[in-house]
Amino acid sequence: MAGRIRNITVSEASRPILPRHAKLKFDQTRQVWVLLAPERVLAPDEIAVEVLRLCDGVRNVEQMVDHLAAKYTAERGAISADVVAMLQDLADKGFLTEAREKTS
Amino acid sequence: MSPTEANTNIAGVDPSDGLAVLEQRGSVAETFGIPLAVLAELTHRCPLQCPYCSNPVELERGGSELTTEEWKNVLTELAEIGVLQIHFSGGEPTARKDLVELVQHASDVGLYSNLITSAVLLTREKLSALADAGLCHVQISFQGNEPVLADRVAGFKGAHQKKIEVARWTRELDLPLTVNAVMHRQNLFQLPDIIQMALDMDADRLEVANVQYYGWALRNRAALMASVAQIEETSRIVEQAQARLKGTLEIDYVVPDYYALRPKKCMGGWGRQFFNISPAGKILPCHAAESITGLEFLSVRSNHSIAWIWQNSDAFNRYRGTGWMPEPCKSCEFREVDFGGCRCQAFALTGDAGNTDPACTLSPMHEQIFKLAEQEAAGGSNRFLYRNFAGGTLEMDGDNGA
Repeated sequence: MAGRIRNITVSEASRPILPRHAKLKFDQTRQVWVLLAPERVLAPDEIAVEVLRLCDGVRNVEQMVDHLAAKYTAERGAISADVVAMLQDLADKGFLTEAREKTS
Repeated sequence: MSPTEANTNIAGVDPSDGLAVLEQRGSVAETFGIPLAVLAELTHRCPLQCPYCSNPVELERGGSELTTEEWKNVLTELAEIGVLQIHFSGGEPTARKDLVELVQHASDVGLYSNLITSAVLLTREKLSALADAGLCHVQISFQGNEPVLADRVAGFKGAHQKKIEVARWTRELDLPLTVNAVMHRQNLFQLPDIIQMALDMDADRLEVANVQYYGWALRNRAALMASVAQIEETSRIVEQAQARLKGTLEIDYVVPDYYALRPKKCMGGWGRQFFNISPAGKILPCHAAESITGLEFLSVRSNHSIAWIWQNSDAFNRYRGTGWMPEPCKSCEFREVDFGGCRCQAFALTGDAGNTDPACTLSPMHEQIFKLAEQEAAGGSNRFLYRNFAGGTLEMDGDNGA
């Protein structure tokens, strides 16, 4: 095994990051954000794009939730549940992994 | 990648999770928008001699290949017109000395790059350089799960062992790995072991592709054609493995269309969502398209842009959509489901690319083709005609990949 972390469990302490085979980019031609993966091109919706763009392997989920709760002046608990569920789903599909090295 | 499937699945992900399916936007299918992914056949040179090679029987010689600068210009142009992914294939793409430079250029212009390789020419150092250049995904072909049969099919001694080693390096470098297994009568019995091999290699994906019969494979059909019983068993094994390994190993399965009732939607329909570029720069609706005589394929060396060739050239428009169709396709309720099947197969088996693909039960030739396949599966010789630049070499007795 090459050390890839499969089937990660997302919590507020996780520091998710896109694995090297998943690339998020803005497609100028079609004017849409796309997530590029082996043999696949996906079009994440606005919320997924916003969350994915926060997944830099440095921020943890707690910080991401704080940021989104402040930005949308929404109740933190609800945002947390939604974000963790979305990230877990993306991780289960292989589009997120956990940062290798802890930054703290 | 599968020999004849459109290479980019627009993934079937449930839109409720925020990952909508791009093709459902309709733009690609309805306006012949620029494909999301393009296959670049960098060279037809290859150390392997697989009898089902998807390259044309008339291989393009090294001297006619696009130069490094020409390929770089092509990559830049592809990115500019909206292509998102580039599949570097061949022949054997690592036979090109400039592959790292081309992968780097693909990264520089924002293309997601995929390497489709036999792996036998790779060193760890080369693979590492490719990873550093931004390579996103590696696909390695396997001819079996053990060296005796695998090396014999490849016509290359030591191939299997080398592939195993390169697969390990691939994962050590944290590159995602797809195992491509082309299946036929002589190796189908190994399928369960091939699935286990892919698991042991920590592969992310496995493509189980039954041979599609054009070009070299058509010449070797009697040696490769599986029986109906074998195919049924294969489908059962794949379905069970898909269920068992969900979330661990993704398995894509390409069924052989000789035994199907409906033809495949080849390349997603002619000129609808895919093109490939031959070593000499010809823009083709599929990698077997040159087997159809009477079509003129324009090159990137012509004075036309790639987008112009895609949208306007006669070769792309000849079988695009449904207007070209004769009966029984013309009035068929499935005409926009399968677009009449495969033009190359129609040409190879009926002599006219404009006919209904004989894989379809509605084709007047279907019954005859099906019977022939059954006969060949039951009584064909196992001897291969190996693929090479000399028009093929017949396997010798006792040959095991020398």
